[in-house]
Amino acid sequence: MRPDDLNYTKEHEWVRSEGQEVTVGITDYAAEELGDIVFIELPEEGRSMSAGEPMGTIETVKAVEEVYAPVTGTILAVNHALIDSPDLVNSEPYGEGWLVRIAVESMEDAELMSASDYDAMVG
Amino acid sequence: MSELRETPLTPWHAENGGRMVDFAGYSMPVQYEGLMAEHRRVRETVGVFDVSHMGELYLRGTAARDCIDRLVTNNVGKLATGAVLYTAMCRENGTVIDDLLVYCMDEQEFLVVCNASNRERVVAWIQARLLEGVEFQDATDDTALFALQGPASADVLRKWSEAAAVLDSLDYYHVARVSFEGHSVLLSRTGYTGELGYELYAPADQAVALWKSLLEWGKEFSIAPAGLGARDTLRLEAGYALYGHELDDDTTPYEGGIGWVVKSKKASPFVGKDALVAQKQGGVPRQLVALRLPDRAIARAHAPVFHGEHAVGEVTSGTFSPTLEAPIALAKVAASAVESILTIEIRGRRVEAETVSLPFVPSRVKVS
Repeated sequence: MRPDDLNYTKEHEWVRSEGQEVTVGITDYAAEELGDIVFIELPEEGRSMSAGEPMGTIETVKAVEEVYAPVTGTILAVNHALIDSPDLVNSEPYGEGWLVRIAVESMEDAELMSASDYDAMVG
Repeated sequence: MSELRETPLTPWHAENGGRMVDFAGYSMPVQYEGLMAEHRRVRETVGVFDVSHMGELYLRGTAARDCIDRLVTNNVGKLATGAVLYTAMCRENGTVIDDLLVYCMDEQEFLVVCNASNRERVVAWIQARLLEGVEFQDATDDTALFALQGPASADVLRKWSEAAAVLDSLDYYHVARVSFEGHSVLLSRTGYTGELGYELYAPADQAVALWKSLLEWGKEFSIAPAGLGARDTLRLEAGYALYGHELDDDTTPYEGGIGWVVKSKKASPFVGKDALVAQKQGGVPRQLVALRLPDRAIARAHAPVFHGEHAVGEVTSGTFSPTLEAPIALAKVAASAVESILTIEIRGRRVEAETVSLPFVPSRVKVS
C-alpha cells in the first residue's frame, strides 16, 4: 500500500507537506520500473525551482530519467546519503531514499493527486 | 506493431518474474530480480541466459567449408572438427554485415551463429553466395540457445553425467555433442561474459526441460536466470563488441575493435578482402578506445567525444560497471586522437575520461 498521507504527481514523485516545506521522493512504482539506481544528480541547496522544472537526474545501468520539481520554491536540503548509496531510493523510496526538501513559495502550478488517484493511474 | 516472436522459454520468463521487452523482434527478459544482482551472480557463481533469439544457420556438403570461408574474414580453412571461430562477415567495401561464430561440426557440416537483429540479411547474403553442392538450412526456430556462465558453470554441468564425461577435454572455443534425455545437444565452451562458461544448443522441444534441469543442477551453486541487461553489462566489462553499437553498416572490423579476426593471408579469398587490406595499409581512420569516467555520471551511446574543442568521435556503448562500481564506455574516435586526452559530453557537461586497455575486468574464460 502506498502511504495515503502523501500526495503524488504524474511524474511518479511523492510529496510530503510539513507546514511551508515539502519533502520529495520518487514512488515505489517508479523505483521498481527504473531498476537498480546507480547515480543521482540533485540540485544545489538554495536554488529556486518552478513547478515542473527538471531538478535532477536518476541514472540506472540502462537509462537516465529526469526528476521534476513538484512545487515552486527553494531547495532547502538534498539527501547527501544518496551520493554514496543511490540504492536507498530502490530499497526505501518513502524513507531514507527521499530526494530533496523544498521551501514552498507557491503551490499554484503544482499538480498533485491523492494516493488512491495515483494507484488508479499506475494500475 | 507486429506481433513479437517468442523463444521456447518466453512463457517461462513471463511466469517467473522476467521483465519482458522487445529485443530484435523477440519478447525477451531484460532482467528478473535485478540487473546488478544478476551481473554479480555471473561474476561470483553462475547464471543462465536464454539467448534463443540468436540465429543458427547450417551449411552442409563437400564445399561447405570453402563456401563459408569465402564469406568471412577469419580463417575457416584451418578450423578443426569440434572447433569454434569468432569472425566478421563483411561487404566488398569492408563494412561489417554481422559478427558470427562458425562451428566445424564435421568436414561437411558447419554451423553459423548470427545476431537476431541481422538474421534475415545474413541468411539472404549467404544464400545468394552458396557454392555448388552446399545445402543451407536456417534452424533458428527449431533451436534453443542457453548461455551458462560463471566460475561455477562447469560444476553445474558435472551434475549432468553425459556432459561431465566430456567436460575435462572441452577446451575454450570448442564444442561437443552430448545427450539430454536421448536428444542431441551441442555443448560449446563459449560465451559473452568474460567468465568460464558454456553455450548449449538444444532442440526447441527440449528447451524447457533442459532449462529446468540446469536450474536444478545449479541449485547448490545458487544459480538463477539472468536477463539481457546483465548480458550487456557483462560483455561491456569484458570488452566484447556488440553489433549495432561498436559494429555497424559503416564500420570495418579494424574500426570496430575486432581487427584481429581479419586474416588477409588466409588461403581462400573472401568478400571485403581488398578493401580491408587497403584500409590496413592506408591507415585505419577510426579506432575503438576504452574509457573510464571519474565520477558516477554515465556516458551513453552516441555521447560526443572531444579532444580539446575538436569533436573526434562518439561513445558506442556506455554503462555503469557493477564490478568496478564506476562508469565505463567504448568510443569510436579518429585515429589521430587515440593517444590524446579525451573528454565526453554528458548532458551538456564535459567530463575528462581516462583511456584504459581492454578488458575492463580481467578475463577468466580459460580458468576452470
